[in-house]
Amino acid sequence: MIIDVNVSLSRWPFRRLPCDELPRLIEKLRDCGVTEAWAGSFDGVLHKDIGGVNARLIDDCRKSRPGLLRPFGSVNPTLPDWREDLRRCHEDYRMPGIRLHPAYHGYRLDDPVFAELLTQAQRRGLIVQLVVRIEDPRMQHPLMRVPDVDTKPLPGLLAARPELSLVLLGALQTVRGEAITQLIRAGEVYFEISMLEGVGGISSLLGRVPGDRILFGSHCPFFVLESATFKLQESRLLPARANAITHQNARRLLTGVAAT
Amino acid sequence: MVLETMRVIDWKRTMQFRNGRITRRAVLIGAAQAGVAASVPSRYQPSLAAEPSASLHEYLVWDVHGHLNTPGDTPRERIDNLLKFADRMGIERVIVFMGYPWAYDPSPDDVRRQNDQVLQAVKRSRGRAFGFAYLNPKHTEESLDELDRCVRDGPMVGVKLWVAIRCREKCLDPIVRRAVQLKAPVLQHTWYKITGNLPGESTAADLASLAARHPTASFIAAHAGGDWERGIRAIRSATNVTAEISGGDPTAGVVKMAVRELGAERVMYGSDFAGRSFASQLAKVLGADVPENAKRLILAGNIKRMLAPIFAAKGIPL
Repeated sequence: MIIDVNVSLSRWPFRRLPCDELPRLIEKLRDCGVTEAWAGSFDGVLHKDIGGVNARLIDDCRKSRPGLLRPFGSVNPTLPDWREDLRRCHEDYRMPGIRLHPAYHGYRLDDPVFAELLTQAQRRGLIVQLVVRIEDPRMQHPLMRVPDVDTKPLPGLLAARPELSLVLLGALQTVRGEAITQLIRAGEVYFEISMLEGVGGISSLLGRVPGDRILFGSHCPFFVLESATFKLQESRLLPARANAITHQNARRLLTGVAAT
Repeated sequence: MVLETMRVIDWKRTMQFRNGRITRRAVLIGAAQAGVAASVPSRYQPSLAAEPSASLHEYLVWDVHGHLNTPGDTPRERIDNLLKFADRMGIERVIVFMGYPWAYDPSPDDVRRQNDQVLQAVKRSRGRAFGFAYLNPKHTEESLDELDRCVRDGPMVGVKLWVAIRCREKCLDPIVRRAVQLKAPVLQHTWYKITGNLPGESTAADLASLAARHPTASFIAAHAGGDWERGIRAIRSATNVTAEISGGDPTAGVVKMAVRELGAERVMYGSDFAGRSFASQLAKVLGADVPENAKRLILAGNIKRMLAPIFAAKGIPL
């Protein structure tokens, strides 16, 4: 059983991806043993009609077998009336969480609007997925250079919101060393493994991140999904540890949302 | 590094090699002992309940790009550590180059020191690791001497060039000519960075330029030019250049484009271990939508074919 917390639907604007059509993506998930995927939308990265993005996301998730694709809607707090997008994600669509793209939406994490968004997400009991990086900054389109998210403000924001569950996506080539430790101490923050690199990467990560804060994430279809599954094999995890990372930690997060 | 030590086994003791390949039976035994079978997905992982549809370990894999940047006090300890992980991923042979620590523009003495470290690792590996001689072409005469020491008179089987000077420069010509005499392929770091290359960092176009001056030489474009959508195009017409896919993120589509534009015979698997994982880089090939025979060429067939002349000259069995 695998819960993949970092999957995206629709099209990446700069390249066709082998699994950017829903049937192919579902086939890939199945082939790699993924039983549930937390799905955002690439459309949420650049589109301004976020309401339309999230409506399509819901429709697409409903096309798969029940429970396979779990929608995480986009919210862009720089757009007018973003609170309504948040409300729809929670109340109309019953999403377990939202996915944020600060680097592409053009705000910093010390912007007061981000703090307000986190506060509202916490109040609604929504999981917040924050995308730190989608693409290697060295290889981006020359007219679309997007830096990684600067996560320095996060420890303070987390400490003030103890009930908030924050999942950092694509963070592990950007957030390293002591910064990880500070985040872990500050609040309920989780890391997924899609950007994790180095031989025996998960084993190494366990030296800094508790096993109950690591989630399976592939960044599929942008990344090859097998990259994440092979990492489990490369680090030769004990079954209990592997089970926690592949699904139990994610399941616990969802249970917390349901309880809220 | 915290290692999961309980029940972790020494795969070198359990792997069974048959005709140079790791057998499925050995993998299944190893997986069971390691306790991984309970948690792994179906397609690529060994399963005790049923034969897997396609196991990672069904492929013969030679990794053409790796370094000794892993924990360990000596080159011997480092290669032992790396081969432990290579075993888990079914990688039979690895090619290593450059020692530690690195410098962008190393002196001849530093180059020799690093090559000595690699020689120690190669010797320790008992045939699992091969070395490419690391050279700084700015020091042309010293590079020729080092090439003779490591390849002509030593066990190394290729040349590694990094970022000291762009490879289109004329000072590389004597080195490439000597490499051709020795039947040694030349692996050149290549990258297009929209954030800006290092002053001596080559692009794939630089390598294509060098390759055009030396049509009988065999070149490997490490990292496929980094920004592979540009890099693959840059070497498309340079038929003596093979794209090696190591070092970048496991972005979907890289291998498919390389096979489409270059042909499967001009694409190679490398990981850039230990900075990159074997896992993420193998996935680029095994997760690619390319024919099965293309995967086998990329994972081992092409490097074996490229190294066959120098192996034959040195009496190394393939």
